[in-house]
Amino acid sequence: MAESDPVFHPAEPVVDISDVMQKMAEHKGCGTSSEGGKASCGSSDGPEDMPPEIWEKVKNHPCYSEEAHHHYARMHVAVAPACNIQCNYCNRKYDCANESRPGVVSERLTPEQAAKKVLAVASTIPQMTVLGIAGPGDPLANPKKTFETFRLISEVAPDIKLCLSTNGLALPDWVDEIAKYKVDHVTITINMVDPEVGQHIYPWIFWENKRLTGYEAAKVLTERQLLGLEMLTERGILAKINSVMIPGINDQHLVEVNRAVKSRGAFLHNIMPLISAPEHGTVFGLNGQRGPTAQELKALQDSCEGEMNMMRHCRQCRADAVGLLGEDRSAEFTTDKIMAMEVEYDADGRKAYQQAVEAERQAKVAAKAEAMDGLDAAGEIDVLVAVATKGHSIINEHFGHAKEFQIYELSARGAKFVGHRRVDLYCQGGYGEEDSLSTIITAINDCHAVFVAKIGGCPKADLTAAGIEPVDQFAHEYIEKSALAWFKDYCAKVASGEIVHAPRGDAAIRQGALLAS
Amino acid sequence: MPYRIVASQCTNCTACEALCPNEAISEKGSTFVIDPAKCTECIGHFDEPQCVAICPVDLTCVIDTSLPRTAA
Repeated sequence: MAESDPVFHPAEPVVDISDVMQKMAEHKGCGTSSEGGKASCGSSDGPEDMPPEIWEKVKNHPCYSEEAHHHYARMHVAVAPACNIQCNYCNRKYDCANESRPGVVSERLTPEQAAKKVLAVASTIPQMTVLGIAGPGDPLANPKKTFETFRLISEVAPDIKLCLSTNGLALPDWVDEIAKYKVDHVTITINMVDPEVGQHIYPWIFWENKRLTGYEAAKVLTERQLLGLEMLTERGILAKINSVMIPGINDQHLVEVNRAVKSRGAFLHNIMPLISAPEHGTVFGLNGQRGPTAQELKALQDSCEGEMNMMRHCRQCRADAVGLLGEDRSAEFTTDKIMAMEVEYDADGRKAYQQAVEAERQAKVAAKAEAMDGLDAAGEIDVLVAVATKGHSIINEHFGHAKEFQIYELSARGAKFVGHRRVDLYCQGGYGEEDSLSTIITAINDCHAVFVAKIGGCPKADLTAAGIEPVDQFAHEYIEKSALAWFKDYCAKVASGEIVHAPRGDAAIRQGALLAS
Repeated sequence: MPYRIVASQCTNCTACEALCPNEAISEKGSTFVIDPAKCTECIGHFDEPQCVAICPVDLTCVIDTSLPRTAA
């Protein structure tokens, strides 16, 4: 783990990540080279916003810090297949290898296989700092396998942070065990604090050797979830709350959930859109329950934000995902491949990488402050922009290759990351497809501009016709700095009367399966 | 003796295995099976057969009609 002071030091030299990666690659005798190089990153969730002891816990956890997710990777090991509740948005029978959703996994691992896999991944991906158990069932419905996995990993790779994600039903029974294995991040999925609402989300729970249904099931579940959260808080274990936003069922109610979990000490609230399509075979998919639109989701997140930290960078990843959020390298680490790998745990290489990241992050603050100058002219104007990026907070992705766009809100207050939009691959086999382009436009329809490293003539014209300005003049530059430079120019044009500022419409959240890369 | 697992329905989630009071459930190939000689329908242990109560897919753990019932 990087031993860096969380306090900002403006004059420290920046270490080039690509140098470190290259040295590590050479050391291992393979030809990997990193993307990006000199990077900067920005978010309001920096060390200035939280107590040092909390920052220490979250600074390299991609799921707990938006800022960290540009640099650090996580992996999930699928050692916990059993579940003790049923949710209307989950179908355990659905196991398409290309599907990317929680509850779905290609293969389950034994704790021993999981430990080997963690070592293999950590040695290949130095920025992998977090190991999570998220299913595909519930980790605490598989306590033996879950804690045996934690035990093995803490022996072989003690620098890796351990976390788990649970529905909370069994949580109170296992809080002390969680503390014993130094699991310092726990995510609880809480979709309601009122059984009247809960009975429409959970058809049943398995409780004290019985299947409970309806109101009774939801009542036990919410009591256990909130008790578990209180017990985590008492022990100083950071809790993140995941909530699935289900329009017409719990969308209004989630504001109440937000208050309930905040008052019990939750650190972060992650409100995610329902993923719902008939082909998933879930109750919600089959009964036509829709997911929220991008603007509905953002409005709910915004309304909860005053209450506590909101997570907006969740990619709703699989229980066996590997890599940075938004990418999935699990295909490189199948059981067959990892069992054949000779793994040498490169603790020094990992430390060097992570120290370089910390230096980068400290340098970014100055660049951000500089870009804030002259923003007052924006007045009341705020716009959303989409960015094609492969990471490191740089505009470094071709429009046609982007699998997702990161969304930033630009206003007099600066540039703020507010989410991401998954899109189908537009460019496949070197040629563009019309339908995919319209999918992208639908996904970023609420944005005024899209920032790309490169873009072809046809999509450029179509985007412009749709009222979204394609911007390629900031290729391979920092996202926030570039977006704010563009925004200042935009505001100047509005002020001079050259253009008229008009709000954009809504955008759709993609419901289909994300193809594995 | 009577529950059996419909192989085409089973998701291999392992949930039933640990709950069975008779250790009648085990993994066989790519699915789980119930040893009919050990299954008691959970009578004398629980109010409900545990494999049925925990199974995430309906109609997966079903009465094996080819064998005599434990329950009267």
